[in-house]
Amino acid sequence: MSTYTLSRSGRGMKQTHKPGENPWSVSRMAALLVLAVLAATWLVPFAWSVLTSLKSEADAGASAITLNPPDGFSFDAYRKVLSAGDIPTWAWNSLLTSVAITVITVATSALAGYAFSRINFKGKRWLYAAIIAAIIIPPQLLIVPLFRQMLAFNLVDTYWGIILPQSFAPAMVLILKRFFDQIPVELEDAARVDGAGRLRVFWSVVLPLSRPILAAVAIFVFIGAWNNFLWPFIVTTDAHLMTLPVGLQTVKSAYGLQYAQNMASAILAALPLVVVFLFFQRQIIKGIATTGFGGQ
Amino acid sequence: MSTAIDTPPVTAEEVTAQGKARAKRGETLTGWAFAAPFAVLFVLFLVVPAVYGLYLSFTGETLTGAGSGLVGFANYGEALRDPDMWKSLGNTLWFTVLSTVPLIVLSLALALLVNLGLPGRWLWRLSFFLPYLLASTVVVMFWSWMYNPTLGLINGVLAKFGAAPVAWLQDPKVAMVSVVITTLWWTIGFNFLLYLAALQNIPEQQFEAAAIDGAGKWRQLFSIVIPQLTPTTALLVTLQVLASLKVFDQIYMLTNGGPAGKTRSIVEYIYESGFTGYRFGFSSAISYLFFVLIVLVALAQYKIINRRSAA
Repeated sequence: MSTYTLSRSGRGMKQTHKPGENPWSVSRMAALLVLAVLAATWLVPFAWSVLTSLKSEADAGASAITLNPPDGFSFDAYRKVLSAGDIPTWAWNSLLTSVAITVITVATSALAGYAFSRINFKGKRWLYAAIIAAIIIPPQLLIVPLFRQMLAFNLVDTYWGIILPQSFAPAMVLILKRFFDQIPVELEDAARVDGAGRLRVFWSVVLPLSRPILAAVAIFVFIGAWNNFLWPFIVTTDAHLMTLPVGLQTVKSAYGLQYAQNMASAILAALPLVVVFLFFQRQIIKGIATTGFGGQ
Repeated sequence: MSTAIDTPPVTAEEVTAQGKARAKRGETLTGWAFAAPFAVLFVLFLVVPAVYGLYLSFTGETLTGAGSGLVGFANYGEALRDPDMWKSLGNTLWFTVLSTVPLIVLSLALALLVNLGLPGRWLWRLSFFLPYLLASTVVVMFWSWMYNPTLGLINGVLAKFGAAPVAWLQDPKVAMVSVVITTLWWTIGFNFLLYLAALQNIPEQQFEAAAIDGAGKWRQLFSIVIPQLTPTTALLVTLQVLASLKVFDQIYMLTNGGPAGKTRSIVEYIYESGFTGYRFGFSSAISYLFFVLIVLVALAQYKIINRRSAA
């Protein structure tokens, strides 16, 4: 493997090694070995689950380590899970609710972030203080009152019941406000002199300049919504409305000793985000790195 | 006909004063119009439940409504005398210590290794970060299978070396460690990524200057790299402690708090008293006690970080 191919794949990164430094030195080889062992360790649970999912149920339940099972490998477990189970329904529910949560969160956070950054309105300082204070409140502590409230609103076992309580993010408002603060006001003033209203300026001047940060926020919110367990678990009892993480939890025990099908459904549930990640690796990593600190 | 003659004369001062007041009112309206969609959701789904939960904690509210009505501090008194509450709290703190240390130290080590610029950078990054993208349910399904006492890979490998099988999730001495290993595998990618981003922001010139001064690689690590990462470390520790205190998903699904309540976390206890025992008032009281603890921890961390940066 030449360093040339490396620097090409590592676009935008630091040089792979400093000039004059031996790229094949003993210490670098040792570090490489350690990295390889660690990475392999991290990939084992994936690999082992994929392997199990490709076995027959008889082989999967027969002995711990069989790399060449008597029945061979097949996609039978996947076929069974997809034809008999609710996985397609749950995947659709996950997609629908996660997209709605992402769209509403990004839109409301951007609007509010802009108001905090640019507009001097009465009550702004109070609202801002409340948002900062709210970041520390773990949503897990509100499950009981929130559930009672959803009962009162008739939102238990509805899509909106899943979506609405997850559709605002104080931390994202702060991140976007900080970003808008850096945009020179002069850019907006020019448009305002031409008679454009606030909303118009926001839409046609500010938003186009903010695409990367909006994408970062959207990615972060989407991953969180797609994977969220506790709230959808509490607010849905109807199997047809469950999201993937919640639905899988209910069948995980129902599959009982059908290990291959169990692993096949886990792999199927993991697949969408893994594929999305492989395609948008750079954007996702950048998005997590820029929003991560404010977002957890 | 010009308007100047028809309208009563106004001084320039009056015009600006009126205009300013109108502009101010206009700004307030626009400001709230922009903030309203967020503010409505924020109030409805955070402020209202927070206040309602506080009220509930002073009632005997249950699913059937039996024994409802204000009970003063009875729920708080009961919670503070409840050995299960203290046990869950102890488990949670233990989990926080056990998970935070490796999640910081190991993620830093991984980031430093990957940042050396060795071949295959994208592969290393992918391996360590990928699990972070998985839902807790999927993580638990993978690891329940790994930990399976008779068919799991870990005991299978142990058997090849002649070691006795371990009951990873059933043995009270081991269960919490198993939960921590799963958590480490699942969430280290986040810390790793933020460390990696911080490492790439350290200016190259600092290393060159240090190299000219004759500082070796290890000296550079301890005198340049780790001090430069202090703000990142401080933030990661803060986030990690708060995240670990809230642990629920993987414990609930891996061990359901067992064996014998050995791994039950405080959020799990809140969930159980609320949704299995249907004691909404009692559950809310524990939530608020725990919230006080979280605020104290956050304040303590804030103080420590500020004192460090002031020194």
